[in-house]
Amino acid sequence: MSVKEIKQVENDINFHMLPNKKHKTITFAVKFRAPLERKTITKRALLPYILKQGTASFPTRKELQEELAELYGAVLSIGGAKKGENHIITFYLEVPNEKFLPDSSSLIERAIQLLHEIVYKPNQEGQGFSPQVFDREKGILRQNIHSIKDDKASYANIRLVDEMCDGEPYSIHAQGYEKDLSSFSNQELFTYYETIRDEEVMDIYVSGDFEADQMLQLLTGQFKRTLKKKESTPFNQEALKRTTDEKELIEEDQIQQAKLNIGYRTNILYRDEKYPALQVFNGMFGGFPSSKLFINVREKNSLAYYAVSRVESHKGLLFVMSGIAPEDYEKALAIIREQKEAMQNGDFTEEELEETKLLIINQLKETLDHAQGMIEFMYQQEVGHKEMPVDELFEGIRQVTKEQVIEVANQVQEAMVYLLTSEGGAGHE
Amino acid sequence: MNKRYFETVDETLYEKKLDNGLQVCLLPKPELTKTYGVFMTNYGSIDQSFVPIGQTEAITVPDGIAHFLEHKLFEKEDRDVFTDFTKQAASPNAFTSFTETAYLFSATSNIEKNVLTLIDFVQDPYFSEQSVEKEKGIIAQEINMYDDQPDWRLFMGTNKALFHNHPVNIDIAGTVDSIYTITKDDLYTCYHTFYHPENMILFVTGNFDPEQMMQLILENQEKKSFDKLEEIQREFPEEPDYVKEKNLQINMPVSIPKCAVGIKEPNQQLQGEDYLKRDLLTDMVLDYFFSTGGEFYQKLYEEDIIDNSFFFESNLQTSFGYVSIGSNTNQPDVFSARVQEMLLSTREMEISEAAFERMKKKKMGQLLRAMNSLEFIANQFATLSFKDVNLLDIVPFIQKLTVQDINDFLNTWIEEDRLATCTIQKQTVEK
Repeated sequence: MSVKEIKQVENDINFHMLPNKKHKTITFAVKFRAPLERKTITKRALLPYILKQGTASFPTRKELQEELAELYGAVLSIGGAKKGENHIITFYLEVPNEKFLPDSSSLIERAIQLLHEIVYKPNQEGQGFSPQVFDREKGILRQNIHSIKDDKASYANIRLVDEMCDGEPYSIHAQGYEKDLSSFSNQELFTYYETIRDEEVMDIYVSGDFEADQMLQLLTGQFKRTLKKKESTPFNQEALKRTTDEKELIEEDQIQQAKLNIGYRTNILYRDEKYPALQVFNGMFGGFPSSKLFINVREKNSLAYYAVSRVESHKGLLFVMSGIAPEDYEKALAIIREQKEAMQNGDFTEEELEETKLLIINQLKETLDHAQGMIEFMYQQEVGHKEMPVDELFEGIRQVTKEQVIEVANQVQEAMVYLLTSEGGAGHE
Repeated sequence: MNKRYFETVDETLYEKKLDNGLQVCLLPKPELTKTYGVFMTNYGSIDQSFVPIGQTEAITVPDGIAHFLEHKLFEKEDRDVFTDFTKQAASPNAFTSFTETAYLFSATSNIEKNVLTLIDFVQDPYFSEQSVEKEKGIIAQEINMYDDQPDWRLFMGTNKALFHNHPVNIDIAGTVDSIYTITKDDLYTCYHTFYHPENMILFVTGNFDPEQMMQLILENQEKKSFDKLEEIQREFPEEPDYVKEKNLQINMPVSIPKCAVGIKEPNQQLQGEDYLKRDLLTDMVLDYFFSTGGEFYQKLYEEDIIDNSFFFESNLQTSFGYVSIGSNTNQPDVFSARVQEMLLSTREMEISEAAFERMKKKKMGQLLRAMNSLEFIANQFATLSFKDVNLLDIVPFIQKLTVQDINDFLNTWIEEDRLATCTIQKQTVEK
């Protein structure tokens, strides 16, 4: 299989057309990319909150939502995320395809117009955003920063990364910082948003059943800009950092189920030759229900409800996440380490290796059946600075050998153990 | 085999009711690489009291047994079925709700093999004392994990406030105490009654040939024999229309309190078009007032009572129904009072023709969008089939709804004694 992509640079914007017949809707994505930095992150975290609230012609949320309802319940989402040591702001707009709807011939044009307005003509007052919206959304972001602590699984992840990547941009919180919220004015935020649009790398993706030339024409008719600064975002060469000293941190909280998370340095990035072997390693270690972690931590020892591993592709990290009973900490940690050693020693069969490859390919194919999945997969290549056609990636995975997996297993270094446990749960320390 | 084309959604459905009672539905989607299959039984956590197959007296089984059974069905005498799917490059999963239990897989290859694996593992239970005991630790962990989640506690707390006796007020997974009383015989009793083909549906959608697939399923089912099943007798306790507790408070460590207002549906035992109509109108009205563009949402937002954790959801079933409207809020009392006021005011309100046309457009678009997902199509189709509703007929049904329908619904929707509030408050420190 392959993904058809028509890529064209026009008006200093990278347009990517992904025509396919998989869906009943058309999905648009507009993306801006910048290096992850403490001094801008809180602004970047706040912007999506404000931009969602209205535009010049639809200044209130009610009017904006009514326009979306007129577009047959089009769905708008705006958000920020980190990919490695980059931060990406994405605008998604998904509209039903005209061909399923009565009397809706200009639906797509109207959707593109609206998307353009959301990005380029926010609800402005003087040299800033609407002051009420600015204050109100700041309050909401503040509350959200607070309530991260209530979701113990993601809180444990954040704490692990805080400590493990201390001093590295990767440890910067994508949701921003409470104390930075008062460090900039409404006007400063507005000006910063202008520089995003004028200076950052901008990609526009469209996925759905459409004619690529026609769509491109509609888009380039609306989206026009001239880059103020011609050089592209600096390539982050410092993404890899090796630490030798393993660290352990135990914290307590009012919880019943403890979270045991472990961070590793893989020293392998998306563009590296070993990347397919890393994916296969991860799949066998903790990526699937058939993996070592799931079988040995959950099934054989009834220690955890979940025990999984995940690869971070742009910084070179790998995380194990598990939920365990507080008293089982040492036992669970020992079993997780044993599984990693088993991988290093090549304690797996050729059959398991081949099964895992099929599972990874299966998972990727499924991702590509979803519009956002397909767009994110293609965008990964922009961020990772490597073109990776689907066929080639599949072939790369198929050719991974047992030796390569063992090599990767030995290269992956444990960097930090983090336990969030019940009060008194760390007592035996 | 019945073949039917649904023009509004451009889909073709192949359907057959087998001799043993099993409903088989196939919806080919050749543009996709993936196939998704779900094997669902009309049996969930609320089906606790029933007459077992071949018997005459009703029994009551421990809380959480449907979910426990779901876990155990994957384990066979010599292996775990997860591994079988894995070997065939498929990802299996399962879920239990108040009213259904479903087993499913998705795959991009070995489709026929995977469909057979799905059917065979669900139709071939193996429960032993030893494996039942082992599972208790795993499920206890799962229950504890849910207990740590304030949103889950709020959800269950709202149901506990709304319902006096109906088992929808009990956690789907049961409690740590209740699951420890489950035996392998309990599991077999529930299994033989509720996993009868007559009580189940198999829905497969994605990339495959429908004729060949149907043949394969037919041959598989012809080789198996099942006892005759009369209609299953399920028993539910008497449940008044008014709520159990107007205000229920739960204390746990949260950084911001959470609050939800629950609306209890009157018990009307709805099926077919009556069910569909009420379900759609409820969703549309909620969306109209409480989605981010809605009048009520806007007021709550401007009054600084809610943040973007604000949610609303409705769950209408034949034997019960509820709506829940909630948020993180620093003023739970104000939130509850304002939302109840707003709800009560709908009795006097009228939705205009223009607004209703927009609501219909939005609902149709939402449905088309949801139908991008194979999981949605299969799971929704299966669930709705237990209420005699066909998912693929909903778009034209929405087109036929009138402004009179929505206003009639709106003016009788809310009654004060069917409203309740659940609050998650910050834990006070004990000295």
